Amino acid sequence: METSRRDFLVIGGRLLVMTAATAGALEHVLAGTPEKAPTYDTAAHWWAMTIDIDLCIGCGNCVRACKAENDVLNEPFYFRTWVERYHVDPADMEHPTVDSPNGGFDGFMERYPDGSGKTFFVPKLCNHCAHSPCVQVCPVGATFETPDGVVLVDKEYCIGCRYCVQACPYGCRYIDPRTHTADKCTLCYHRITRGLTTACVETCPTGARQLADLKNPADPIHEFLRANKIQVLKAQMATGAKVYYAGLDGAVR
Amino acid sequence: MVWLAVMAAARERRVRVAPRFKDVEHLLRLAGLFLAGVLIFVIVRGALVPDDFGALGHYRAGALASNRDKPVVHAGQAACVGCHVDVAEVRAGSLHAPLGCEGCHGPLGAHASAQDDRKPVRPEGRDLCLRCHAANAGRPAWFRTVVATEHAGEERCITCHRPHAPALR
Repeated sequence: METSRRDFLVIGGRLLVMTAATAGALEHVLAGTPEKAPTYDTAAHWWAMTIDIDLCIGCGNCVRACKAENDVLNEPFYFRTWVERYHVDPADMEHPTVDSPNGGFDGFMERYPDGSGKTFFVPKLCNHCAHSPCVQVCPVGATFETPDGVVLVDKEYCIGCRYCVQACPYGCRYIDPRTHTADKCTLCYHRITRGLTTACVETCPTGARQLADLKNPADPIHEFLRANKIQVLKAQMATGAKVYYAGLDGAVR
Repeated sequence: MVWLAVMAAARERRVRVAPRFKDVEHLLRLAGLFLAGVLIFVIVRGALVPDDFGALGHYRAGALASNRDKPVVHAGQAACVGCHVDVAEVRAGSLHAPLGCEGCHGPLGAHASAQDDRKPVRPEGRDLCLRCHAANAGRPAWFRTVVATEHAGEERCITCHRPHAPALR
């Protein structure tokens, strides 16, 4: 095959760029731990999640996958993500009946076979707020918003004072009884920083949940936010919640 | 000699002139204590607060790495399809094509990275199918559900349906 001068320059240029990009990673690749290579740029992402209520079938795959992925205790029933079932009686829309048996871990048995009212599932998780109440109350700086928009807990620094558990308006935090430190959804930080999606999104059969990167102009979230009527939970609390719900009923708290 | 004379004169003056602050000694001790306190605080704080605290914000920058440094339990769809091309072909175009393998077969990160010989769970019975497909008022209208006993009695779903491409056999 003949190589034109132009091809040579193009290939050479690519090689140069690739070499620069891999230089930092090479050390880790040689050591057999490529996943630790510092190729992930926190400044290039702003993570969020979208949930389409009309697609959620209440199977509980997300709850089971989350527990397996993140070593969340099966019992007592603490959750990083869980699914609630709302039943709204049109005659009394302000007082919906909400249940979440084992957080939806075993799925949902039929409870409203007569078809009365309106019934739907609402998956919940940490909203990864841009202005998190939990971060504001932490007295030791053990919980924080990362530069890429994920709220994380520093387990080595947490003193287990439970302020954040009380401060979260969404009930997304719990104290891990093994370590006595706060625990919560990390948006699978160990996965998304390696180019994978979260465990709940990976196993969601209908695509009701989607991981989204708001800093990526090609991400489908921009179309999702444009094409749907969007709500976040407790918008009046100005937490800057980044879990965007499409088709959310006003009865949901 | 001159220096000695000056010192002597000063000593005499000190004897004669009453000190302006009677407790100046106390103030000096207090200042010393205060300085020692500040010094101890700075040293102890330096020892207790990690170097990377505050590098990115009011937290330990290393906590990002410790949150990242966890094993991946779910391999992800791309890893499954990389080997199981035959199953991917069966699934393609079917109603179950959008499902992730690990939704039904369980987390398989260890299987995919060949760290152990764990095999995918092969779901038996019909509990798994019915977790999604049992009639439930909460399920959206577009989603296909059945009342299992009316639909098939006690028969297993896979008698008639292929799970990877659930149209009738």
